Amino acid sequence: MTTVEEKPAGTRLVSGPGMLLVWLYGVMVVGAVSRSAYQIATEFDRAPLAYSLSAVAGVVYGFITYSLVRGGETARRLALVCCAVELAGVLAVGTWTLVDPSAFPDATVWSKYGMGYVFVPVLLPLSAMYWLRRSRKQQPEAV
Amino acid sequence: MLDALTLVTGVAALLLAAWCGWAAHRDQPTKDWHFIGMAVVSVLALVQLVIGVVALARGEKPAQGTTIFVAYLLGAFACVPAAGLMSLTERTRWGSVTVAASGVVLAVLQVRLYDIWGG
Repeated sequence: MTTVEEKPAGTRLVSGPGMLLVWLYGVMVVGAVSRSAYQIATEFDRAPLAYSLSAVAGVVYGFITYSLVRGGETARRLALVCCAVELAGVLAVGTWTLVDPSAFPDATVWSKYGMGYVFVPVLLPLSAMYWLRRSRKQQPEAV
Repeated sequence: MLDALTLVTGVAALLLAAWCGWAAHRDQPTKDWHFIGMAVVSVLALVQLVIGVVALARGEKPAQGTTIFVAYLLGAFACVPAAGLMSLTERTRWGSVTVAASGVVLAVLQVRLYDIWGG
């Protein structure tokens, strides 16, 4: 396995629990992007806000996945920021869908804190942030 | 036919998840037997994909739309092999956890497929 080789420079993020995170983020990318692409292409007028938010969620997920796979300190920091954005998005959209359901004729990925996805959308950024912070402590010398 | 296969694939996926979850619990990476299990589940998903496409070609219509149905079929087929490849590069318990997660995801996809096909 060539991919197992440790890169001497930079923080390797795809190892151990990071592997599980990449997998889950990959699933969310496919889910959010394909769902919003289909809905925006076929029935955008029905719930433009919900579908746009799903698309944004897909882009954020995509970026985090890419950062995790790429590794390195810069990617780690960017991924951390994106996870915070993601968590804020889940909480904001989740609350929004509960307070004002009429704004959302159709569900988004983040509706009701991601209940339609077994709350994975709200649990994922928390565990990812925990993992990303720990990765730094393990390799404080990484540039 | 498709409904029965959806049920079988879903149950097989959950069994795979439990099996790999057990391996992770015992702090083991995925082994040859696990990969045979993944292959079985993947073949089930592939058969499902073929039968689904044949049903579409014969003019049957999924209740929630053809595009969504095909997308879910493809997703279900890719799910476990992708996690299997990742567990090859991660020779720790976390590789097993990843495959277990893929089994759960596949089971969820089967529930959705059942809804999409039957309404």
